Amino acid sequence: MATRTAAAPPSALPPLNKRLAEQGVTPRLLLLLPAVVFALGLFVYPFLYGLGLSFTTDGGSLWSNYREFFSDPYLRGTIWLTVRLAVPAVLIILVAATPLALAMRGAGRGKQTITVILLFPITIGTVLLSDGLLDFLGAAGWVNRFLLDTGLIDQPLQLIHNYWGVMFAIIITDFPFVFLLLLSYASGIDPAYERAAAVFGASARQRFLRVTLPLFAPGLATTASLAFVLAFGTFPSALLVGEPAGSTRTMGVAAYSEAFQQFDYPMASTVAMLMAGVELLVIVIILGLRSRLVPTLSSGRKG
Amino acid sequence: MHSTGGSERSAAEVANKLAGAAPTDSPNADKPDDGARQFEALRLDGVTRAFGATDALRDFNITIRGGEFVAFLGPSGSGKSTALNCLAGLLPLTAGEIWLDDRRIDTLPPERRGFAMVFQNYALFPHLDVRRNVGFGLRMRKVPKQEMKRRVDEALTLVRLAHKADSHPAQLSGGEQQRVAIARAVVCEPPLVLMDEPLSNLDAKLRLEMRTEIRRLHQDLGLTTVYVTHDQHEALSLADRIVILRNGVVEQEGTPSEVYIEPQTDFVAGFLGYRNALTGNVVESHGRQTTVAVGDLRLVGTCPEVMPVGDAVVRIRPDDLMVCDGDDAGPNRIPLLVKVVEYGGREFVVEGVTPAGQRLYFMASQAPRLGDSVIVAVDPENVRVFSPTEDGG
Repeated sequence: MATRTAAAPPSALPPLNKRLAEQGVTPRLLLLLPAVVFALGLFVYPFLYGLGLSFTTDGGSLWSNYREFFSDPYLRGTIWLTVRLAVPAVLIILVAATPLALAMRGAGRGKQTITVILLFPITIGTVLLSDGLLDFLGAAGWVNRFLLDTGLIDQPLQLIHNYWGVMFAIIITDFPFVFLLLLSYASGIDPAYERAAAVFGASARQRFLRVTLPLFAPGLATTASLAFVLAFGTFPSALLVGEPAGSTRTMGVAAYSEAFQQFDYPMASTVAMLMAGVELLVIVIILGLRSRLVPTLSSGRKG
Repeated sequence: MHSTGGSERSAAEVANKLAGAAPTDSPNADKPDDGARQFEALRLDGVTRAFGATDALRDFNITIRGGEFVAFLGPSGSGKSTALNCLAGLLPLTAGEIWLDDRRIDTLPPERRGFAMVFQNYALFPHLDVRRNVGFGLRMRKVPKQEMKRRVDEALTLVRLAHKADSHPAQLSGGEQQRVAIARAVVCEPPLVLMDEPLSNLDAKLRLEMRTEIRRLHQDLGLTTVYVTHDQHEALSLADRIVILRNGVVEQEGTPSEVYIEPQTDFVAGFLGYRNALTGNVVESHGRQTTVAVGDLRLVGTCPEVMPVGDAVVRIRPDDLMVCDGDDAGPNRIPLLVKVVEYGGREFVVEGVTPAGQRLYFMASQAPRLGDSVIVAVDPENVRVFSPTEDGG
């Protein structure tokens, strides 16, 4: 660059298309066009439309929908009800999937089989899964009959149409996503680091805490964020195996009933916007926790 | 990257301090034994490691004395890295025992052996800076903070990287990463340092510099070292003793000059610079002097022990073949047709073929023309005759 400008007189700039190409602007960028149109039409426009709708009120101030949401305990309470479901569900899934993912990296043929088995719940779909759970966990379902027959309980356990039914549904549907994501992150950690740590005197526990976990943390945080968004948006299972009028009245259910039962679209949009807000907040907390717990990771910095 | 005289001197001073430092008392008996720096002998007794049906290492016996620098030399698949990993505890043995003086260590997990290792790809922890990488072993050994800082600083000075203490591995060049890996190993003052082809990822110039650096560190610190390599030059220049492995079995063992001057097998000779191999038949053998028929040629050479009449391989170093005038009579005159001439700096490397079509490489101070006929001569002392290697490996 420097040598060329030195050789050429300062007035004779290279043609515009060459200068643009040096900045990475080439006709090839046009290939992005379909994706941009898609994103604008299916994401940005509906989002902005909903945002605008949430500020639309008949006569009241700009924030009156939000004020109404927070002043109505029935609506306000949905935030807590949803968080109460999503956070424990994500934690349970992460605790179950992390050791499995770490143990399975490098496993050759078994890896594929288990992956396929775990993909099954994804392919089933929420409605069919909820239907199955109703049979399986219901008062006359296998679980209760087994527990009654073995004499472990006297009365059937109430496992559906409440908090637990939705919890089971979330865990079953989200686990495969989480596991597959974690597995790909875990496979990216070179086992040489753990071997080096072992040679230098680190016990299995120290190896996990000082080497594996810090290297795994970025993947864990990303996965946790995605899993939380998935669990937070829980809607079909909250309706089908939950108690949509009470303990599992999630924000998704609230938005649905505002829109299609009360026909209050502005309030439904408000609930949706608040959902997005809470999700964003939790993601920020997760990422903050990860940089707080593992402060020295700086894979981005390069010399 | 090279240092001034000042830092050279300080590095040497630090080395003396490190070497002279009294071994610290281990505060925790369960932790790796930081005090066991010196030992009499490390004994590998019939160490065998199988992968499936194949033995990667078979009945490996060797005794390493404290302070010694031993190189395991061999091509890939020879079992040298397997032997190293068995020593480190990263591979369990299929059979055999490892003894450190009167303590059996092959049953201990790697973290209880108290060794240190330099890995081929360095394996520096990417999430830790240079200081924490080097201090990792000390931290695991629960060395007090003050002492840890002092020793890490000393080790970094020793490898001339004190100014990079706060960098992360990704910010360092290959050579710097290698020096961090070495500092991480020596800072623990371990009884045994294991090095797994540590120079194989460096370019030629850096490899030469680091080779000298490793030798200097070993002379200064006196740490017992086992060094795995496939590079004969590294093994010859660094080691006090070389163990040459082939297909999981020890082929020859000895000091660098022993194995270089007196290779015992065709394989060892081929690995240590006897580039020329001619196949022929033993026609006569008196003591160690043997006459071999190679096509129409008669070559007089030396063999490790009396050879029976039969198949033989003749090994000659390119440097030992001298171009001579045609009428100069004497033994071991080989007529050659010049096929390829390479410029080799001081001399030319010439490839020629014998009348029987066998290839020979020799050195010439003046470049012969392609297609020329030349006659080369070689001293019978420098013609080595061996039984053929059983298999191609």
